[in-house]
Amino acid sequence: MVLVLALGDLHIPHRASDLPPKFKSMLVPGKIQHIICTGNLSIKEVHDYLKTVCPDLHIARGEYDEETRYPETKTLTIGQFKLGVCHGHQVIPWGDLDSLAMLQRQLDVDILVTGHTHQFTAYKHEAGVVINPGSATGSYSSITYDVNPSFVLMDIDGLRVVVYVYELIDGEVKVDKIDFKKTTGSNT
Amino acid sequence: MMISNGIEDEEKWLAEGMAGIQHNAFYLHRALDSNNLREALKYSALLLSELRTSRLSPHKYYELYMRAFDELRRLEMFFKDENRHGCSVVDLYELVQHAGNILPRLYLLCTVGSVYIKSKEAPAKDVLKDLVEMCRGVQHPIRGLFLRSYLAQISRDELPDIASEYESEGDTFMDAVEFVLQNFAEMNKLWVRMQHQGPLREREKLDKERNELRDLVGKNLHVLSQIEGVDLEIYRDTVLPRVLEQVVNCKDELAQYYLMDCIIQVFPDEYHLQTLETLLGACPQLQSAVDIKTVLSRLMERLSNYAASSPEVLPEFLQVEAFTKLSNAIGKVIEAQVDMPIVGAITLYVSLLTFTLHVHPDRLDYVDQVLGECVKKLSGKAKLQDSRVTKQVVALLSAPLEKYNDIVTALTLSNYPRVMDHLDAATNKVMAMVIIQSIMKNNTCVSTSDKVEVLFELIKGLIKDIEGTSTDELDEEDFKEEQNSVARLMHMLYNDDPEEMLKIINTVWKHIMAGGPKRLPFTVPPLVFSTLKLVRRLQVQDGDVAGEEVPATPKKIFQILNQIIEALSVVPSPELALRLYLQCAEAANDCDLEPVAYEFFTQAFVLYEEEVADSKAQVTAIHLIIGTLQRMNVFGIENRDTLTHKATGYSAKLLKKPDQCRAVYACSHLFWVDDQDGIKDGERVLLCLKRSLRIANAAQQMVNVTRGSSGPVTLFVEILNKYLYFFEKGSPQITGAAIQGLIELIKTEMQSDSTTSNPASDAFFASTLRYIRFQKQKGGVMGEKYDPIKL
Repeated sequence: MVLVLALGDLHIPHRASDLPPKFKSMLVPGKIQHIICTGNLSIKEVHDYLKTVCPDLHIARGEYDEETRYPETKTLTIGQFKLGVCHGHQVIPWGDLDSLAMLQRQLDVDILVTGHTHQFTAYKHEAGVVINPGSATGSYSSITYDVNPSFVLMDIDGLRVVVYVYELIDGEVKVDKIDFKKTTGSNT
Repeated sequence: MMISNGIEDEEKWLAEGMAGIQHNAFYLHRALDSNNLREALKYSALLLSELRTSRLSPHKYYELYMRAFDELRRLEMFFKDENRHGCSVVDLYELVQHAGNILPRLYLLCTVGSVYIKSKEAPAKDVLKDLVEMCRGVQHPIRGLFLRSYLAQISRDELPDIASEYESEGDTFMDAVEFVLQNFAEMNKLWVRMQHQGPLREREKLDKERNELRDLVGKNLHVLSQIEGVDLEIYRDTVLPRVLEQVVNCKDELAQYYLMDCIIQVFPDEYHLQTLETLLGACPQLQSAVDIKTVLSRLMERLSNYAASSPEVLPEFLQVEAFTKLSNAIGKVIEAQVDMPIVGAITLYVSLLTFTLHVHPDRLDYVDQVLGECVKKLSGKAKLQDSRVTKQVVALLSAPLEKYNDIVTALTLSNYPRVMDHLDAATNKVMAMVIIQSIMKNNTCVSTSDKVEVLFELIKGLIKDIEGTSTDELDEEDFKEEQNSVARLMHMLYNDDPEEMLKIINTVWKHIMAGGPKRLPFTVPPLVFSTLKLVRRLQVQDGDVAGEEVPATPKKIFQILNQIIEALSVVPSPELALRLYLQCAEAANDCDLEPVAYEFFTQAFVLYEEEVADSKAQVTAIHLIIGTLQRMNVFGIENRDTLTHKATGYSAKLLKKPDQCRAVYACSHLFWVDDQDGIKDGERVLLCLKRSLRIANAAQQMVNVTRGSSGPVTLFVEILNKYLYFFEKGSPQITGAAIQGLIELIKTEMQSDSTTSNPASDAFFASTLRYIRFQKQKGGVMGEKYDPIKL
């Protein structure tokens, strides 16, 4: 069992002052094995904070990131799953599932994590999963109105991944659970 | 060598004294065992003679004294038991006075005196009075202090206190008070006199020795506080005035400091509260070298804790006007002690502030008054440089923030900014950061433009360059951290009412404009997004204000946004400005303001053309332009054509062929938008895709020329995927045959000897083919559509 935190589009300090305290108190060091971040942190202080939550941090570059050395896309393998991360502003139309599916084929990954829209989504597509963890600060977006802060925890266990979505709605953290199974042999 | 000899000598003298006591104790024990009174008196007197030494330091003398003390306990037990010695206590009291030397005689007398009181054969007060007067016979400071300390010790349990067995009609607790006060007065005199006992050059050593003895003197005050009969009235009318009289009159700084502190520590808080005037009245009369600020600070600290202990005591504080009295006393002390350094005065005010925050949290006027006193003290002085002072001023300014957890309260304090003005630039910034952190920590919303005005005045050290300070020496990391804090702060400036929110935005803008090109890239984005949030709110709630004169309309706000972003051009910070223009364009689109949206797009394009030079930055910028433009639905055909034309044109002009290719195929989405019926131009989609295909070919040939082998087929597979996309969307110009052709092309390319094999593009192609297969097998409309394509 491996816990992977996926989050992004914090836009600190441009659009939000900080992560919601309720999220901060949940994200304690030592529980999470990997972090996948879709970018737009946007400053080093946030990078440093995420490092304290978990030192194994994989970030794709958002268009507001101060650090320009983050890669546009990144792939990594966790257990039986191959994961890819990309901020998503490069994939036009923004947030379009079919276009993201193309990126997924290009990166040849089981799970693709992207951001940019500030809207949590999780789709099973063909043989894989496309996840957008939303904005961890619930920050303003030109694409999505009324953004709630959200992030995703993936519990990867063998060929199964359980995606937990944490969303802050009216000051309360709501959790949703989505289950995905990888069909063997669908991907090399 | 001299010193080490001195210490060695002292050890030797102590050992000799101890041996003397030991020796005589042996015979004393033998006399006691055989109930021989005469022998017992003889050897105890000899034993006590060892205490006559004047060669020992207080520390060593104490060891000797304790040794003798143990023996006196045994002797006392013997005296108590008349059967053992057959002598009445009255006779005994006479008998011990025959001892030859005064010091042993008085120790013996005190010992018998204690037995005498216990026997109740004479009134306790007479015996005590006798003893306390007799002890005057020893005037050597150390010997006298220890003798009187012995007297205090043995009489402690025999004082005629209320409800004690030694209380009677003639013996009241007042006699006990009188006795202790007298002993205290005498001890204090001996203690003070000690300073004249040695040469001046040994002053430091003497002070140290005196300090070791202070608790012997203070013990009396402790005993006084333990006497049941000393109620508030007795304390106020008798005890405190008499003690203070000694304190003031002894004119000795060491004694004054210690005893004032001792009074504060041993007597109950409610007594202090009720006698504040008397106690505080003594302060200005003390020697100027006395550390009154510490004394007063401790007093205020105790009173604060007392107030915190129970809400029931609060009326007492009000009734005695504790704050006013303390405030006046502090004023007088500062006035009287002209040499007091500023740090001392400020420390006093910090204590007073802490006191009032604890005791009168509702009295903001008190807080402001204390700050006002500080301003008075600081005024006319140059900016503070002394780090100890600035530390205290920071403590002073931080205290209200910590107490109220709410900057808005501090913003109402008129003297707050005036105190801040006295800080040097660096400390001013530190304090500004403290203020911002307080706001963040407490999630305080600053909700009016007036308050924002005051706040920005407070933190101006972060907002702009203060005259006389150079920004060149700034540490870049620190500067970034400060500016990011200001940026975070902006999200805390908020009001639900659009009019007030607009005022807040204008106020913030006015202040940050003065920040200069170094700060604007930090401060402009949060202000822009804060403003865009306001636009969003107005957009959602529009309709209900038709015809009315409203200042807060999206249109007017977009004008402000334009100015704000324009300020970035002087920085220059074109990439950031371009992103912000695009955000505004989309917001204007959502407000259905075509000309405004067009204007923002124009600005973005101008920046792209003139300012974004870096090829990597161009790639990101063009994707943001295409992505935004794809989402716009406000434009009429003409405007849209102009903008899409520009976008495709710039896409094809990127430096690197693969970047060109990708941007051009991304442009295809500008002509086919799913949810907009008007925008479904398959011809132009196909033009884009064909153009990107040509660029991909060119790219492939370029690699061939430069490296002697073909590059990976990734671009072709990407284009194939775009074909599939529009094929599925039903664009009639994208045909199965075209897709089939593309697949064959890629296969040929991949099998060509000159092509470098690339696992990533192979996998991409494989997964694309797998996808096609998946769609074919799906059946239904999509399956049918895919059917002609053969793999």
